[in-house]
Amino acid sequence: MNKQMTTADVVARLSDGMSIGFGGWGPRRKPMAIVREILRSPLKDLTVVAYGGPEVGMLCAAGKVKKLIFGFATLDAIPLEPWYRKIRESGGLELMELDEGMFQWGLRAAGMRLPFLPTRCGLATDVTRLNPDLKTIQSPYADGETLLAMPALKLDAAILHVNVADRLGNTLVTGPDPYFDHLFARAADACYVSAERVEERLELDATQARFNTFERYLVSGVVDAPCGAHPTSCPSDYGWDMSHFKRYVASAAEPGGWQAYMDEFVLAGEATYQDKNGGIERMAGLPLPVF
Amino acid sequence: MSENISFTLAELLIVAASEAWRGNGEVLASGLGIIPRLGAGLAKLSHSPELLMTDSEAFLVEEPIPVGPRGDYVPKYSGYMSFERVFECVWGGRRHAMVGPTQIDRWAQTNLSCVGDYRQPKAAMLGVRGLPGNSINHINSFFVPNHSPRVFVAGEVDMVSGVGFKPERWIDGVRRDLMDIRVAVTDLCVMDWNGPARSARVRSLHPGVSFEEVQEKTGFPLLKAEDMGETPHPTAAQLEIIRRLDPHNLRAAQLKGNPPGIRPAA
Repeated sequence: MNKQMTTADVVARLSDGMSIGFGGWGPRRKPMAIVREILRSPLKDLTVVAYGGPEVGMLCAAGKVKKLIFGFATLDAIPLEPWYRKIRESGGLELMELDEGMFQWGLRAAGMRLPFLPTRCGLATDVTRLNPDLKTIQSPYADGETLLAMPALKLDAAILHVNVADRLGNTLVTGPDPYFDHLFARAADACYVSAERVEERLELDATQARFNTFERYLVSGVVDAPCGAHPTSCPSDYGWDMSHFKRYVASAAEPGGWQAYMDEFVLAGEATYQDKNGGIERMAGLPLPVF
Repeated sequence: MSENISFTLAELLIVAASEAWRGNGEVLASGLGIIPRLGAGLAKLSHSPELLMTDSEAFLVEEPIPVGPRGDYVPKYSGYMSFERVFECVWGGRRHAMVGPTQIDRWAQTNLSCVGDYRQPKAAMLGVRGLPGNSINHINSFFVPNHSPRVFVAGEVDMVSGVGFKPERWIDGVRRDLMDIRVAVTDLCVMDWNGPARSARVRSLHPGVSFEEVQEKTGFPLLKAEDMGETPHPTAAQLEIIRRLDPHNLRAAQLKGNPPGIRPAA
């Protein structure tokens, strides 16, 4: 069994109109090498499901997004995601804006093959008013409480970036927080994982094995992508690239800014991308952010 | 306090913010932003050691971590608090967060999503983030560094992201007893929503600020708390803790012009 493939192989398995979930959180551990491959592809009309960072802004800027299912889009140190903001303010985005907790609840429901899970989150806010598809349900027990029935967020594909993987699809997330990648993997029909390092076969001690957060049967493809989260962080390997973020943010204020960003960083492929960012040694040595 | 010590407005706000967490018991104290975070740290190091805090990433600490570059400081972790566990904490109600919404209305409803029309907003902000879930599940307070009618809006906030006390927003059968709004710490005053039918009141005015000025800069009518007085000045001991928690003086950059704590007479 060998699930290793290239970013191009991953994108070849995606199709127009799919619901695609992106792992990570804001500017943290986003599968950017595969995102850049999507940006180079003709793929379109996607429903993007994410705790949004620059992948949301970039896919919006490139016109790939039909609908966005999200709780936020941010670069953290730069609070407002520039291209999300620009496209959102132009009125062109269909949205399902959810509480962060509701979002993981929906992924969890999908992973457990349930139609919904009950929660209080979202009630008495505009989240329910603006998403009339969200229904309430009454507790069948004596309390009779009215709850929100958070529908399953089913994904056609999940795309994740991890620290280590093997060719069987075993993965390790070595940063302090695994975020919700495991729930994305469970919610999806197919899950593609890029990794800083791909090994033939993981042979771990018990301490290392605890960094595994979901099972390989969920993984359809593994991509070797060193610094594949750049410009986002990939704890415990490297931090986010503030200078790149600033360049990216500036592109949203320049006429033709997106095309210029694509020309400079994306279109020529990952090797050129690394050169343009000072080389892989610099990228791999970016300091981890202090919170 | 009769001590004759000078302090900045940011330091006054840190002390005011810390009071929000007094007597909360063993809950996770989450201060989002430098001043609320320093307020939570001050609370834990002074009057409320029982509070739980994180390193603002994924670990629990009993000694609040100084803000900014850490130098030789090595955090002493006491436990784990990933985002997944934060949701478990939030839904269990064991948290008091102080957040800085874009808009707040007379019903204490908050907005972090967008300003203007939802379909084509004037300004897209962060998104609702955790506000819907936080606000319906646990105690929340607000931090407002620029008290103005743009924050404290006249009508309802443009996109209700966090729940408040507007009865029409609560459909039958939804539990309202799990949420509470405590205070808003602003650059002018400390407010609460403890007036009749949870209407907004001024609890204390910062030195040199008048109630009239606060009212003028608020889009909805305010009441005076019966014991409305001046916001307590920081003590020397509190300032010492604040300096320890903020060795790089990041607090000085949080309010425009880093004004003094006692406003000079005009």
